[in-house]
Amino acid sequence: MSTLEIDAQTQTGPPRGAAQAAPRVHHRFGDPAFRVVTLVSGLTVAIAMFTLAGVLIYNSWTAISELGLSFLTTVAWSPSSGSYGALAALAGTALTTLVAMVIAVPLALVIALLLTELVPPGMARVLGTAVEMLAAIPSIIFGMWGLFVLVPFMQETVAPAVTESWLGQLPLLRPGETFQGGGFSILTAGLVLAVMILPFITAFSRDVLLMVPRVTKEAGYGMGSTTWEVLRKISLRYALSGVVGATFIGLGRALGETMAVAYLVGGDFLTVPKSLFDPGTTVASLIALQFNEATTKLDVSALIYMGLILFAVTMVFQVLAQIWLRRARRTTGGRA
Amino acid sequence: MSTLAPPSGDSVRTGADGPVPPALAALRPRSHARRKTVDALIKTSAWIAATFGIAVMLLIVWEVVRRGIGAIDLAFFTELPPVVGEDGGGLGNAILGTFVITFVAALIALPVGFLGGIWLAEFGRNGRVATGVRMVANVNMGIPSIVVGVFVFAALVKPLQHYSGFAGSIALAFIMLPVMARTTEDILNLVPNELRESGLAMGVPRWRVTLGVVIRAARSGLITGAVLATVRVAGETAPLLLTALSSPYWLDGLFGPEGFFGGPTANLTKTVYDFSGMPYERMQELAWGGALLIIVAVLGLNVLMRLIFQRGKEW
Amino acid sequence: MVGTKVREQPDTRQDVLVAPPTEVAAARSTGGEDFDALESVISARGLDFFYGKEQALFDNDLEIKKNRVTAIIGPSGCGKSTHIRTYNRIYELYRDHRAMGEIMFGGRNILGPGTDLLETRRRIGMIFQKPSPFPMTVFDNVAYGLRQHYKLNRSELSDRVEDALKRSALWDEVKHKLGEPGIALSGGQQQRLCIARCIATEPDVVLMDEPASAIDPVATGKIEELMERLKANYTIVIVTHNMQQAARVSDYTAFFYEGHIVEFGPTTQIFSNPQEKQTEDYITGRFS
Repeated sequence: MSTLEIDAQTQTGPPRGAAQAAPRVHHRFGDPAFRVVTLVSGLTVAIAMFTLAGVLIYNSWTAISELGLSFLTTVAWSPSSGSYGALAALAGTALTTLVAMVIAVPLALVIALLLTELVPPGMARVLGTAVEMLAAIPSIIFGMWGLFVLVPFMQETVAPAVTESWLGQLPLLRPGETFQGGGFSILTAGLVLAVMILPFITAFSRDVLLMVPRVTKEAGYGMGSTTWEVLRKISLRYALSGVVGATFIGLGRALGETMAVAYLVGGDFLTVPKSLFDPGTTVASLIALQFNEATTKLDVSALIYMGLILFAVTMVFQVLAQIWLRRARRTTGGRA
Repeated sequence: MSTLAPPSGDSVRTGADGPVPPALAALRPRSHARRKTVDALIKTSAWIAATFGIAVMLLIVWEVVRRGIGAIDLAFFTELPPVVGEDGGGLGNAILGTFVITFVAALIALPVGFLGGIWLAEFGRNGRVATGVRMVANVNMGIPSIVVGVFVFAALVKPLQHYSGFAGSIALAFIMLPVMARTTEDILNLVPNELRESGLAMGVPRWRVTLGVVIRAARSGLITGAVLATVRVAGETAPLLLTALSSPYWLDGLFGPEGFFGGPTANLTKTVYDFSGMPYERMQELAWGGALLIIVAVLGLNVLMRLIFQRGKEW
Repeated sequence: MVGTKVREQPDTRQDVLVAPPTEVAAARSTGGEDFDALESVISARGLDFFYGKEQALFDNDLEIKKNRVTAIIGPSGCGKSTHIRTYNRIYELYRDHRAMGEIMFGGRNILGPGTDLLETRRRIGMIFQKPSPFPMTVFDNVAYGLRQHYKLNRSELSDRVEDALKRSALWDEVKHKLGEPGIALSGGQQQRLCIARCIATEPDVVLMDEPASAIDPVATGKIEELMERLKANYTIVIVTHNMQQAARVSDYTAFFYEGHIVEFGPTTQIFSNPQEKQTEDYITGRFS
C-alpha cells in the first residue's frame, strides 16, 4: 500500500480517539452475567438429582412408615390386603443381573482384546463402530425381539434340552414349582440383558486397554510372552481400575433396565425364583408393570418406595464406578 | 572410576556375591506348546465372541426390518390406530406425539445442559464445585429411566391428577440434561487453549470468546452431541409409562383432555410396547412398524452424525 | 587406543567421559583378535526390511560375535533400531512391517517358518529406550520371565531374582524394596531393573536399543559399566546415537546409513581409522 492510500484510509475512518471513547458497558456486565448464567445451569444438574432423591423419599414415606424395612425381606404383592414386599423383585433383579454379568463381562473383555490386539486398525474401527451402534439400540427393541424370537426359542428348544439332560439336575437349573416352560424366565431376561450391556463394557474396556503404553507391551512380548499372557499379566493390570469401573457401569445399567426385562422375565412377583428357568420379576419391571394398576395411596407409595430402593442401589454402584474410573485415570492418564 | 562393587575375577558369576544358582537349562521348563495353545484358544474365542455379538445385532435389526417393513406406508404416518381387531390405520398420533414430547424436552434440556457444560469446561475446571457437579452428573446418567419416570410422576402427575405429554417431556429432559452437560464439557475441553488465549489477548470479553470462537470451533462436536442426546431419549419407553402414558387420539391443543399439558399424549415407544403385547395381528404389525421406525431413526442418525461430522469427535 | 581420535573433537554431546575399563580393553585395543575365528551368535544375511511399501533396510549382512559388545551407530532414521528389532521379531506386532532375508541364530533362520518364537525371545532379550517396568512389584518384574518359562518353587525363584539383581548391580539399592512397584524406582534404576528382568532367564543375547538415552548421565555411567561386566556371560548388541558411548563400551561397531551397513569393524579401528568417507564424516560430526 502506498503512503498516499494509507492517508486516504485514515481520513475516512473514525477519528483515532474514538475506540477509547466508545462505552465499554458490555464488557462490565457481560462476563459476570455469563458466569452466573452458566454456573446456575451447571448447578441445575446437581440440583435436579437431589430434587429427585427428595421427591422419592417424600412420596415413599407413607410406605416406609407403614411397611418399614421388612419390606425388603417380604415376599408379597397384594394391594387388596395391603401387604407388599420387595424380596421377590430384589431376588429377581440380583439373578438376572448376575446372569447378564457372568455372560457379558468375559465376553466384553475378550472382544476388547480382539479390538486392541488382534485386528488391523481399519477393521478395529469398523467393529468398534458396530459395537457402539449396538449400544444405541433402544431397549424396547431388544424386548420385542426377545419376546418374539428368544422366548419361543427358549421355550421350545433350550429349556427342554437342558432340563431333560443331566444339566437339569444342577441347583440353579432345576426347574422350580413356578416353572412355566422356560420361555419367560430369569434366564431369558438375563441373556437379553447381557447382549444389552455388552457394548458398554466392551467400549470402555477397549478405551482403557488402548492406553497401555506400547513400550510396556513390547517389553512383555520381548520376554517371550504370548498375546494372552501380555493381556492378562501386563495390560489388564495396567488397565484394571478402568475395567472394574466399566464393569460397575454395566452393572448399574443391568440393574435398572426396565423394558427388555418387563417383556421377558415372566412377571411373577409372588415368588423368589429358585431356578434360572423360572419366571420372576425385577424391581424395575415390577414398577413398570404395576404402576398403572396402582389405585390406593399405599399401593402407589409402595411402588415409589421400590423406586427409591432402585435409585439407592444404582447410586451405590455408580459412585463405586466413578471412584474406580477416577483411579484409572490417575494411573494411566497421567503417566507417560 | 567404577561406582559399582568390584566383581571378583573376570566372571561375575563366581562366588563373591553368594552361591550361584544352577544353570537354568537343568530346570523344569513350562511347555511352550501348552502356552501357545491357550493363546490360540483365547484368540479363537475372541473371534467367536465378536462374531456372535455382531451376528446377534444384525439378527435383531434384520428381524425388525423383516417384520416391520410391511406396515410402513403413507397411512402409517398419517392415520390413527385402528379399532382393535380391525385392519388399516397407522401410528400417526404416536409419531407426532414423540416428536412433540422429544422436541419440548430438547428445548428445555439442551440449552441448560449446554450452558452448564460451558461452565464446567471454562470456569469450573478442576475446582471443588465443578468436581462435585461433574460427579453428580455422572451418577445422574446412571439413574434408571424408570426411576426418573417415578420421580416426575410423584412431582407432577400426582399433584395435578393427570398424565400429560409435558410431564413426559420433563422426564426426558431430566435424562438429557447431564448427558448434554458432560458432552459439551468434553468437547470444549478438546479445543486447544491457544484459541481462547488468542481471543482474550485481543481484548475481547470472555463471554464473546467462548460463544464466538470456542463454540464455533467445537461446533460439529456439539451438534453431534445434541443430536445424539436427543435421539437417545426419543427411544426411551420407561419414563413415559408413568408420565405421558399413551392415547388413541391426536394431540389436540394445549390444555384440553388431549392437550399437551392436559392429558396423556400418544407416543411411539409406549404405543409399540402396548401393541406388541396385543393378540391382534394388525396391532402387532403396527408395533413392528413402529420398532422399525425407531431403529431407523436411532441408527440412521447415529451413522449420519458420524459421516457428516467425522471430525467432530477429534476436535 | 580406544577413543583417541574421538577425544580430539569438540565434545558437542552432553555426556560423561568415563575412563575406559583398563585391563580388558587394553588386551583387545590393538585389534589383536581374529574376528573370523570367533563364534557368531547371530548372523544376518541379506536382511531387508519394509514398512509397508517403503524399504528401510537394504541387504544387511552382520555377524554378532559371542561375548562381545557390538555397537550400531548412525544418524537418526538410518535403520539402527529397525535392524535389531528384526532379531527378536518384535516388529511383527505391527501390520505392514516385513523382514526378508536370513537371520541365523542357534543354527536356524529365525525368520523362517517353524521357529519357536517364545524360545527365541527368551534367548534374545531386549532393553528399550524408555525404561519399561511392568505394573507390578520389583520382585515380580524380575521374576516375570522365570515364572513364565519355568516351574520354580518360591525359594528357587527368590534366589534367582537376587542373583539377577546382583548381576545388574541393583541388588543393594532395592533389596529392601522388593515389594514396591517397579515404577517407584528412579529412571536409571528402572532401566537396571529391566536389565535384571531380562538376564534372569539367561538369554544368549541382550539387545539394547539406546538404553541410556532417556536417563541421567550418572545412571548412564553405571549402565555402561554394567555392560562391560555382562559381556563375560552374554552377547550384547547396543544401538546408540552417542558415539562416545559406542567408543567406550563396544568391541565392534557397525555404521549404518540410510538402511545400509556402510562399514563394520573393530571399534578402535572404526573410530581411529575409518575406511569409508561417510563413516569418517559421521565420526567427525560433519552430520548427525
